[in-house]
Amino acid sequence: MENQEMININIEGRTYSVPKDMTILEAARKVGYNIPTLCYWNKGHNSLASCRVCLVEVELNGRGRLVASCVYPVADCPAEKGFVIRVSSPAAVAARRASVELLLSNHSKDCQSCVKNGKCELLHVANITGARDNRFEGEKTPTTLDECAPGIVRDTSKCILCGRCIEKCKEAQGIGILGFEKRGFNTIVAPAQNKSFANVPCLQCGQCIEVCPTGALSEHREIDKIDAAMAAGKKVVVQTAPAVRAAIAEEFGHRIGEQNGTGRMVAALHRLGFFRVFDTNFGADLTIMEEAQELINRITNKGVLPQITSCSPGWINYMEFFYPDLIPNVSTCKSPHEMEGAILKSYFAKAHDLKPEDVYVVSVMPCTAKKYEAKRPQNAAVNGLPDVDAVITTRELADMIKRAGILWDELPEEEFDQDLLGQYSGAGAIFGVTGGVMEAALRTAYHTLTGKEYGPIEFHEVRGFKDIREAEIDIEGTKVKVAVTSGMKNGKILLDQIRAGKADYAFIEIMCCPGGCINGGGQPFVKPNLLPQEGADILDTYRQKRADILYGIDEKMTLRQSHNNPDIIKLYDEYLGKPCGHLSEELLHTSYVDDRPCYDD
Amino acid sequence: MERIQSATQLESIIAEKSKVFSDKIQGVGGKRAVVVCGGTGCLANDSLAIEEELIKAIKEAGLQDKISVNHVGCFGFCSQGPFVKIFPEDTLYRAVTLKDIKQIVEDDLIGGKICENLLYVDPVTHEKVARQDDINFYKKQVRIALHGCSLINPEDIEEALGYDGFKALKKVLTTMTPQQVIDEVLASGLRGCGGGGFPTGRKWQFAANVKADQKYIVCNGDEGDPGAFMDRSILEGNPFEVIEGMMIAGYAFGASEGYFYVRAEYPVAVHRLQLAIQAMEQVGLLGDNILGTDFSFRAHLRLGAGAFVCGEETALLNSIEGKRGMPRPRPPFPAIRGLWGKPTCVNNVETLSQVPFILREGAAKFASYGTEGSKGTKVFALGGKINNVGLVEVPMGTTLRTLIYEIGGGIPNNKKFKAIQTGGPSGGCLTEKDLDTPIDYDTLVARGSMMGSGGAIVMDEDNCAVDVAHFYMEFICDESCGKCTPCRIGTKRLFEMLTQVTEGRGTLDTLAQMKELATVIKSGALCALGQTAANPILSTMNNFPEEYEAHVVDKKCPAHVCKKLMSYKIQPDRCVGCTLCARNCPVSCIHMTQIPAKPMVPGKVIPGKFAHEIDQSKCIKCGSCMSGCRFGAIIKE
Amino acid sequence: MAIRNEVVEGVKRICDQYANEPSPLMMILSAVQKEYGYIPLEVQKIISEKTGIPVAEIYGVVTFYSFFSLNPKGKYVLGICLGTACYVKNSQQVIDKFSQMLGIGPGETTEDGLFTIEAVRCIGACALAPAMSINGKVLPKVTPDQVGKIIDEYRAKEAQ
Repeated sequence: MENQEMININIEGRTYSVPKDMTILEAARKVGYNIPTLCYWNKGHNSLASCRVCLVEVELNGRGRLVASCVYPVADCPAEKGFVIRVSSPAAVAARRASVELLLSNHSKDCQSCVKNGKCELLHVANITGARDNRFEGEKTPTTLDECAPGIVRDTSKCILCGRCIEKCKEAQGIGILGFEKRGFNTIVAPAQNKSFANVPCLQCGQCIEVCPTGALSEHREIDKIDAAMAAGKKVVVQTAPAVRAAIAEEFGHRIGEQNGTGRMVAALHRLGFFRVFDTNFGADLTIMEEAQELINRITNKGVLPQITSCSPGWINYMEFFYPDLIPNVSTCKSPHEMEGAILKSYFAKAHDLKPEDVYVVSVMPCTAKKYEAKRPQNAAVNGLPDVDAVITTRELADMIKRAGILWDELPEEEFDQDLLGQYSGAGAIFGVTGGVMEAALRTAYHTLTGKEYGPIEFHEVRGFKDIREAEIDIEGTKVKVAVTSGMKNGKILLDQIRAGKADYAFIEIMCCPGGCINGGGQPFVKPNLLPQEGADILDTYRQKRADILYGIDEKMTLRQSHNNPDIIKLYDEYLGKPCGHLSEELLHTSYVDDRPCYDD
Repeated sequence: MERIQSATQLESIIAEKSKVFSDKIQGVGGKRAVVVCGGTGCLANDSLAIEEELIKAIKEAGLQDKISVNHVGCFGFCSQGPFVKIFPEDTLYRAVTLKDIKQIVEDDLIGGKICENLLYVDPVTHEKVARQDDINFYKKQVRIALHGCSLINPEDIEEALGYDGFKALKKVLTTMTPQQVIDEVLASGLRGCGGGGFPTGRKWQFAANVKADQKYIVCNGDEGDPGAFMDRSILEGNPFEVIEGMMIAGYAFGASEGYFYVRAEYPVAVHRLQLAIQAMEQVGLLGDNILGTDFSFRAHLRLGAGAFVCGEETALLNSIEGKRGMPRPRPPFPAIRGLWGKPTCVNNVETLSQVPFILREGAAKFASYGTEGSKGTKVFALGGKINNVGLVEVPMGTTLRTLIYEIGGGIPNNKKFKAIQTGGPSGGCLTEKDLDTPIDYDTLVARGSMMGSGGAIVMDEDNCAVDVAHFYMEFICDESCGKCTPCRIGTKRLFEMLTQVTEGRGTLDTLAQMKELATVIKSGALCALGQTAANPILSTMNNFPEEYEAHVVDKKCPAHVCKKLMSYKIQPDRCVGCTLCARNCPVSCIHMTQIPAKPMVPGKVIPGKFAHEIDQSKCIKCGSCMSGCRFGAIIKE
Repeated sequence: MAIRNEVVEGVKRICDQYANEPSPLMMILSAVQKEYGYIPLEVQKIISEKTGIPVAEIYGVVTFYSFFSLNPKGKYVLGICLGTACYVKNSQQVIDKFSQMLGIGPGETTEDGLFTIEAVRCIGACALAPAMSINGKVLPKVTPDQVGKIIDEYRAKEAQ
């Protein structure tokens, strides 16, 4: 950022020196003006300049015109040439307010029932611009409510056509499920032919929900199912994914990366009346045992390589839609929470003399695709019962806690229940961030192959957020080449290499969401507009901040390898036998389909 | 024709073809030439068959060696078509039908006698006019953009070469630097004819100043204003001139690729443009090293697909790029970052068609026409309540009075002039008080309208200002791309409010709110289409405030147009009781009263004939009764 | 709806034809529309596979431009006026009769591709109510009794 070319601009009569390549919006924010935005997202990742709520007046010689500050370069209105930027001129104020009022006039204003109540950028901007009256009323664009997909709900009556979701889907996953459809007042954002998310090759990853400013996109909520199970007297067991603890405190007003929420989250779950509170990290350790063994088997038996991880259901969706020919490469391991669910309904139920159908497994996940994954018929190991009965997101858990009147900051820190599945390793914790599964697997594979622990413990080569990261691990003379990626736009590059026979990796980790589960579609929203306490660059830093929490947990653990988890050892000794053994295959492994239609008719 | 590889070769070909063409027009050697209008309007009226029939009849008469027949581009006077014109006499026959061919051949071509019944009759003097140049409609015109239209065969590059074609290109490529070309265009004062009136030379200069490995020139032929068809006529009449203008632009700012974007609704224009490009490629006027110089240029054709907004330059670029035609924010301007991110100039068809003239005849000659701020000429499409509907090219600064009354022949049926809408749905209306204003880009804007592409719709006293605004608003709502909030939702709300007004549900508050919203849309919309969308409302509200008030306060439509605010009424003292209206009424809401009908013969009352009456509760205001009544007994109130 | 093999091949051929053009989508769509009369989702999927452009984006382009149609239209478009004047003169019955005799509803096309029924807004022929238009040609005062005759007439025209 040094040697940046600077330029003088005049805002409301004062002159400021700002970087020349900035837009008015960015420059204004830098010098202390917060101009409302809706369609704008993170420095031009999306800025159609279409919502018109960021209009400011650019004046020259006393004559002004309104411009969209989110795209207007400061280079085009330098103070030297007499340009003055007016944020608060009567015309600018009136136009911003009118834009919001017009949006509201075509918006279903049932705010109190809206899932984004309290997190709605439209309402926030309405508040700022003073759009309080329903000045404009009239016909509304015909709407669609799509609740057919397990992960995502789309309600076009709340859509403001900002296009952020369209861009996000393309940028993160490279598939572009969503697009603008029709024209003029009839324009909607939808999958092709306004089909349901359930009938198009949507990954259910929920990245679109993360950027949606309103309630137009939201997760398919399952809190009611949990209430019903509890009311029915089921033993409702809850497990929480590693990434949840890295972000849940944000829902209670904490800055991103500020608080490891593990202890309070466990305390809250206890207070919510769950029968047992477990950590999906146990399932993660189990996954590592199986997946590392599977890898070793492939290497020693000259099986299909590279082996690709299977923890991320968004990636599995992607694979089944677009790369079914790579099914032989994908690990058959279920994802950690599914494994844990299967163990809960078998080993755990047996130990407690419970009928499997009376054990109701709830997973708290940073993910919306997990809602789909739990419904896959292939993930029903015990008596045809689903391994996991309900999946709620980090956001839904926060809502449950709030609903119960539990004050987060006054909660004590409590431990997960120590009951057969209580122990977990640091290796499990880092599953929540891209590269974590790889690192955890390498720790165990190293041990399995050599009988020794890997000295430095950490594999720093696979950490970070670079699109594709490669490493070559020397396991006592055996070189194992691995690669890690996240976001299917990046993933596609590796997959095409494999398809072309040009990938000489042994093991690849693919996570659907960019950055891994810490940035999953079920995580708390990172919306700069609604987070005044965060820095202007929060969209560039939040993933690292959340990842740091997980790496911090791993570092502090004494137990850092899955194969050293005593409860895991006990599980294999007493129940499963050996990794990839007969019972493991039955309970912990799954299968994939190669004929999933991309577009159902 | 042989390939043209040098300027000297082109020069000799031009000399040769010019001789051939002028001999044809002047009838050298006792030869005569017949041209038939091949514009879209006349084609729809069978002009193609007329041409074929003429060829056949002339052949039958054994005159095929003495009389040539071919079609030409649009004559502009479309309401009078199809046209057949005879050279060298310059006799213009209008409204020709197939059955007139025999007469034209026998009387005129053989007999040398003008067919009086096929001549144009002046609507004011009622005199017949034989020569095209003597018709008032053509008298005041100056043909720069329409140069060669209705004169040359647009499908024959040799005729183009014989009528000034490529002279400017030759001059530019062999004697001028790119900067000199830009300077010449700057000096001419040429402004973009497609709407905004931005100085063309400045646009080129911007693009010339940018360094890039590739630049593009795009010709905007996505003419969408209802009622305007000058671009179509130019492309149909002389596509070579437009391509030549495009090439000169390309030379001036360094573009070697040109794209034509033409509406798919214009198949004839598209076809002729394609033929012209092919012909030029064949003779080497398009391609590598044109005339042996370093200048290479290729022209491509892209079709629109039915979206008005694609007339907006950035939407057009998106459309060429295979995207939804939604405008992009500016800056960056296309001259900096346009088609595929490269510096691009978008010029309208009419603008490019004027470029060869400027380079051929000099900037001073062009600038000698027009006003201080707007030089040269402008093509207008006259329509609506006017006698001479058609396309005219007049110097900038011509007054509306000249346009409407001298060229346009005035308002039909002695109705009173009310307003003229210029600029189509983006423009506004001008009234009686503006009739003597010299019209150019700036005076129109100053009066709350705009030039637009040059559509000019005349309205008389029977038109309702609110209804007209309503019509345009509906058009804009249908054609809004839906990208930005003010245009997508704002125009819809404006349309709804206008509907309230036309249906008598509006109040003075509605009017105030409309004005406020219209102002916001004007200042806050993303593109020119949105920013001008409210113009028809603002302009009619400013010019006819009393008419708007009558709709909301008195709940009356003074022009008796808005159906909910008017009624048909039978005047009992004029109704003869013939029952025709009752029989015509589609909803059977007209019935007899007890009032004796007016006798057909004064004083001779026929028993049983009673005056009729309309049941207003059932009337759907279709007007069948009134148009059928032969006694003028039905009025609108 | 499955599309015929030759159509699949035809669409692929069109895509190949424009493969060297920069941004060929509009040209492909125009050509497909011209060749087949409409561009259903199935065809858009083929274009998506050939060009790599997401289906949603192609669908967005198709629905933006009024020249592109998602549904095939018949050779003869029967536009029955549902304007007020025609409606009160029982034009609904005319539509119903056409629907019944052709076995299709408004907006649909017969399997032989001959007829499409459309309920249209007022065509400005109130005095001729109930009116309809066939490919733009206005037919006045259509009664349900005449419907059979109209269909026969156009079928006969085709048979020639």
